[in-house]
Amino acid sequence: MSDRITGAEALVRCLEAEGVDVLFGYPGGVALPIFDALYDSTKIRTVLPRHEQGAVHAADGYARVTGRPGVALVTSGPGAANTITGLANAYMDSIPVVVITAQVSTAVIGTDAFQEIDITGITVPITKHNYLVKNASELPEAMKEAFHIATTGRPGPVLIDVPVDVSKGELDFKYPDSVNLPGYKPTYKGHSKQIKQAVSLITRARRPLLYVGGGVLASGGAKELKELAELMQIPVTTTMMGKSVFPEDHHLWIGMPGMHGAKYTNYAITEADLLIAVGVRFDDRVTGKLAAFASKAKIVHIDVDPAEIGKNKPVDVPIVGDAKNVLAGIVAELRKAGAEPKTEAWVKVVDEWRKQFPLHYGGHDVAADHEQLYPQYVVQRISELTKDRPTVICTEVGQNQMWACQYYTLRHPRTWVSSGGLGTMGFGLPAAIGAQAGRPDALVVDIAGDGSIQMNIQELATAKVNGFPVKIVILNNGYLGMVRQWQELFYGRRYSASVLPQDCPDFVKLAEAFGCFGVRVERPGDVDSALQAAFDFDGPAIVDCRVVPEECVYPMVAPGASIDEMLGGVPGCPVSEMLDDELLEEVWE
Amino acid sequence: MKHTLSVVVENKPGVLTRVTSLFARRGFNIDSLAVGTTEDPTLSRITIVCSAADTPIEQITKQVHKLINVIKVQELDPSESVERELVLFKINAAPERRHEIIEIANVFRAKIVDVGRNSVTIEATGATDKVDAMEDLFRAYGIKEMARTGKIALTRGREG
Ligand SMILES: Cc1ncc(C[n+]2csc(CCOP(=O)(O)OP(=O)(O)O)c2C)c(N)n1
Ligand SMILES: [Mg+2]
Repeated sequence: MSDRITGAEALVRCLEAEGVDVLFGYPGGVALPIFDALYDSTKIRTVLPRHEQGAVHAADGYARVTGRPGVALVTSGPGAANTITGLANAYMDSIPVVVITAQVSTAVIGTDAFQEIDITGITVPITKHNYLVKNASELPEAMKEAFHIATTGRPGPVLIDVPVDVSKGELDFKYPDSVNLPGYKPTYKGHSKQIKQAVSLITRARRPLLYVGGGVLASGGAKELKELAELMQIPVTTTMMGKSVFPEDHHLWIGMPGMHGAKYTNYAITEADLLIAVGVRFDDRVTGKLAAFASKAKIVHIDVDPAEIGKNKPVDVPIVGDAKNVLAGIVAELRKAGAEPKTEAWVKVVDEWRKQFPLHYGGHDVAADHEQLYPQYVVQRISELTKDRPTVICTEVGQNQMWACQYYTLRHPRTWVSSGGLGTMGFGLPAAIGAQAGRPDALVVDIAGDGSIQMNIQELATAKVNGFPVKIVILNNGYLGMVRQWQELFYGRRYSASVLPQDCPDFVKLAEAFGCFGVRVERPGDVDSALQAAFDFDGPAIVDCRVVPEECVYPMVAPGASIDEMLGGVPGCPVSEMLDDELLEEVWE
Repeated sequence: MKHTLSVVVENKPGVLTRVTSLFARRGFNIDSLAVGTTEDPTLSRITIVCSAADTPIEQITKQVHKLINVIKVQELDPSESVERELVLFKINAAPERRHEIIEIANVFRAKIVDVGRNSVTIEATGATDKVDAMEDLFRAYGIKEMARTGKIALTRGREG
């Protein structure tokens, strides 16, 4: 059965058929037929952001917390151009986002018409795929494929460019049941021989370590991961993209690896004899100097994207497949073989490191320090005050993000929204709005920097007007703090273009100007009450925390250094000096 | 080291750009590239010669394979495949030197396709090294213009 409708109406029907319940859309000339069709939809809520970059980040945030594709709709030319950062961000982090751009009429494409840009050309390297639909009758198929491609295999953003004559043109509408993509067949099931090899390495390992990332979240494999870790008592390190997939209050969780990982995390990677890498890509921020990364370990690498396997680091057992499936397969094999954990001594060693080299800040005893407000302390308080309620943590980029990684304890999958691969300042607030749209039940907190928050602050209006009560906690250090940190460490403290006056803008007044709640905190003693007031307020709120300006994120691996050579933090020493002989003998034969 | 990749793609607008821009973005130099339809009119074959060390060639092959419109990517082993290239040379040829040039062309089983007052144009096909050898010899006379198609290749019959 089919019926005759316009391209714009068809587009809306496609979105409804895909179960889209919210769309972030910013209109303009050639997008008007689509917005007009949306006006009649009872299933789709259209949210108007204040900038198209905000629309895409919101769609991205929505996707991260729900696991369902986020959708943004914008006009041609400048509207389309403003989606680029959002697309690149979603692409780097493999987030399923569908962006629909309106385009000038097919009759004038290629003539530099008003508000014409070649958005499909521009976005080839930052989308998983894109479409320029030249005929209304091709629209349903393109939409079906776009959603399929965005959400399957290794997820990613897909863009569909819709010329205005296509949205005005008519077609016989029928939404396809399936796609026909001969060149696109992701491998989900791991090769059973490879799985057996992995199992044999796991049963023999004395110092195994699970190194897991965003791929496990994407595959919905949190349960399988936990089963494997617990069955064989294997410590787990989650990358920044993998955060929240494993409960961070679990005794086997050993923190985030890499440039700002804890010392114990990086030592564990350095000393492991088996690294089970799942849904990760051996990013340079994790590995530091590649040759030294996990150099004592055999490596099993599980990923749905074959191009990631062996890209940066040679592996011993490659397994192409969906993380959830493969982990389940490994657990089943281990159970069948009646495998028993042999890692008691190794776990003890890692725990010992955890005790000797904890994350720390502000000298020896912070609790006694009632004068200085440390940013890490603010994050710890957010963590404490939200631990018994459903919470989603979003971040901006810079030191604020790293402190959020280090000091917030995540407990449930998909409660972490942070820009990884691209490191996009200005991501946090619009992403928080998208997250709130996807999780109306949750308290959504954006842990922000004073620089980043100013990049998309206009979205506070979106939050206010559309009833998204997001809470922004600004770690206001008066600097582009991460830049300042690098300048302090590597450029002789020459703070070139990294100073932001702490009192400009006045974030409390700014919040009030948007009709939101604003509160300033200058002393540690006031943190809890300010946070609580913001969390309890029925609407968006800003907590402006005037923190110690020149605090650095430690420990830190200098770019290009080996990850066990860390600056700052509790001084480290060679492994042999850290542990007593008995333990050493047990774990290192 | 040079590698020959045979890439079968859907015959749709923009697909060639997707493939070539991927090479540029991932830092691979394309030495030559030839495109045309295959036995199936909905598919095209792109033959790409590029230079790379051994590990990265596998990386680019995998990345190309990930493109939605790419059906198949194959690295061709020279000993297991037939390779050809077409070339046109327009060579300086005063009347008294013409027969020398024609003789060389004959040795290579090349064809004279045009003769002007001071030039001859020669068409030749062959594997890349043969074309290179001809180019080398003709340089002595002065090549006014040259056009090479870039290599096309197929695997030998054995594997069907
Ligand atoms: C869009 C964008 N521009 C520039 C950068 C480079 N950069 C990374 S962190 C940072 C400073 C961030 O400052 P702020 O938001 O105040 O956070 P802080 O580090 O002080 O916590 C900059 C400029 C970036 N990541 N993104
Ligand atoms: Mg700052």
